[in-house]
Amino acid sequence: MSEIRFEAVRKSFGKFHAVDGVDLDVKDREFVVLLGPSGCGKTTLLRCLAGLERVDGGRVYIGDRDATDLPPRRRRIAMVFQSYAVFPHMKVYDNIAFGLRMQKERKPVVDERVRSSAGLLHIEELLDRYSSQLSGGQRQRVAVARAIATKADVLLMDEPLSNLDALLRLEMRAELKALLQSLDATTIYVTHDQIEALSMGDRIAVMNQGRIVQLGNPLEVYDNPADTFVGGFIGNPPMNFLEAEVSVNGGSSVAKLSGGSFELTGGTAALAGHNLLLGIRAEAIGVETAPADGLVRATVIVLEPLGSHNLLTVRCGEDILKVSIQPDLFPLAESDVWLRLEPARIRWMDRDTGVAIHTGTEEFATQTAVITS
Amino acid sequence: MALRQIRIGRVLAYVAALVLSAFILAPIYLITISAFSGFDAVYDYPKNLVPSDLTMESMNIFLDSEGVTDSLLRSVYVAAITIIVCLAIGTPAGYALARFTFRGANPFQLALVSTRAFPLIIIAIPLAVTYLRVGIDDTVLGVALAHVAFTLPLTVLVTASVFAGISYELEEAAMTLGCNRLSAFRRVALPLALPGVAASSIFVFVTSWNEVFAAALLTLRERTLPAQMLAALDTSPLPYRLAGGFFLLAPALVVIFFIRKYLLTTWGKVAR
Repeated sequence: MSEIRFEAVRKSFGKFHAVDGVDLDVKDREFVVLLGPSGCGKTTLLRCLAGLERVDGGRVYIGDRDATDLPPRRRRIAMVFQSYAVFPHMKVYDNIAFGLRMQKERKPVVDERVRSSAGLLHIEELLDRYSSQLSGGQRQRVAVARAIATKADVLLMDEPLSNLDALLRLEMRAELKALLQSLDATTIYVTHDQIEALSMGDRIAVMNQGRIVQLGNPLEVYDNPADTFVGGFIGNPPMNFLEAEVSVNGGSSVAKLSGGSFELTGGTAALAGHNLLLGIRAEAIGVETAPADGLVRATVIVLEPLGSHNLLTVRCGEDILKVSIQPDLFPLAESDVWLRLEPARIRWMDRDTGVAIHTGTEEFATQTAVITS
Repeated sequence: MALRQIRIGRVLAYVAALVLSAFILAPIYLITISAFSGFDAVYDYPKNLVPSDLTMESMNIFLDSEGVTDSLLRSVYVAAITIIVCLAIGTPAGYALARFTFRGANPFQLALVSTRAFPLIIIAIPLAVTYLRVGIDDTVLGVALAHVAFTLPLTVLVTASVFAGISYELEEAAMTLGCNRLSAFRRVALPLALPGVAASSIFVFVTSWNEVFAAALLTLRERTLPAQMLAALDTSPLPYRLAGGFFLLAPALVVIFFIRKYLLTTWGKVAR
């Protein structure tokens, strides 16, 4: 069993608080992604878990043991480094065997495990090579094979795919996910690539300035960001944010933007007393070519056809929005379009704190169908 | 046109390389053939560039001369002690400079370099007096310690840059795979640093082997080879001097020859 628990973990470098009070519970065999921009503390947090950094405060538990003061070798972890850290003076075979030999495994066991790990990563034919004779992708495979060979309880990955070229990264992402699903290890995976996080993790911990700002499954984090940072960081394009005012007269509420206003259905009671930002995903905005009730006028700035959809940049009053539209719609630049901002897809944020405000009537995407074997 | 310029440039580069090589190799060659020529050939003028007869005559005279074999052995001891002490202190010190940020690291490095600025002449008398007081004058150990003092600063700086060139992540990876700090150093950092450490030990060896001033100053009877030769220089014949010159020259060349693959390559390629 290897749950992981961070309790109020802090780590500073001089005056810089790299990790600033992180609490996180990771279940046994769970795959948790630490996601955030560079300098957000995600790698430092991972290194605190690995024992490569001493925490300045708080505790780290691995399994049922307090690992806070244990050296890396006693934590039953394995790690894949961003630079791969494949030992240049050893052949691939000896690299993969390194951890097993340190554990004083008998020779046949070492051999069997090296070959099975190499087999999982499809590098059996490279066992006799030195790292300088390998490509970046092959080195990456060696690093992963070395990490899984010891069958550690916890697998730590520090941006393992970031040094690969785009095509290889795409390929490796799916392969790595499939591989990790087949292992029994609890996995903590650090990345700054939100697509990687969304596509791989059971849960995502979004980090900013040394803190975890949101923890949830990929769909939650994408669809229901806890604040403007998460909404702006996750998703491509990022969530649109527009300054808005909501006024209530009689039974209906009206949202007023710089480019127009429209009627809100659903509850707005929670919004009272806040300076508001209206957040909405590019694909949650409907586009019409003629005016109608409840639509907001916008002017097309540029259209980017992306194959699967077209990405539209429009000006709506003083705001610039990204809108994704169907691939067969090509509005001309400088032409007018009318936007439908679906009230249930709007995520309200407090303009001053950036924190999400829930009205209770939003529609959230949910993972409804799970097919099990 | 451009192609022609490239070709001319390449020819010039080769000419320059040849001139440089000749500048280094010509004296070595002349000393070597003279050391293995007969007495008459040594005094020949103009020199015969292709030796007509190779004999061990000069060599034998040199080796049979009084004190030569003893001083040769002493030189070997001094060089060995110097290398061992330099590596034993210099490698950890270089590692510390490369891996740890500590208060005073920069002044420390500066101080190391500045020791090279001291002319030996200035410290010669105090050094001799100190040696007499401590009682290590005229000993192999004493000479070796002086040589350590000359070579240790550069050993530290060279090994520091060698270790700085080896990614610390490699050692961290070893630690996550079951090593403690020491075994990570021994199994990963040290093997990777070996070429650089070998290079710096060659430097130490050559410096110690050829060092004459301190050796002559600090010894009377227990002379190393250069000190012995210096003492005998004005009273000995030319063949003796040439044979001695060869002896000062040859070991360094042999060592470099055998160690050169560690200097240039590691494990198939440059260690990174």
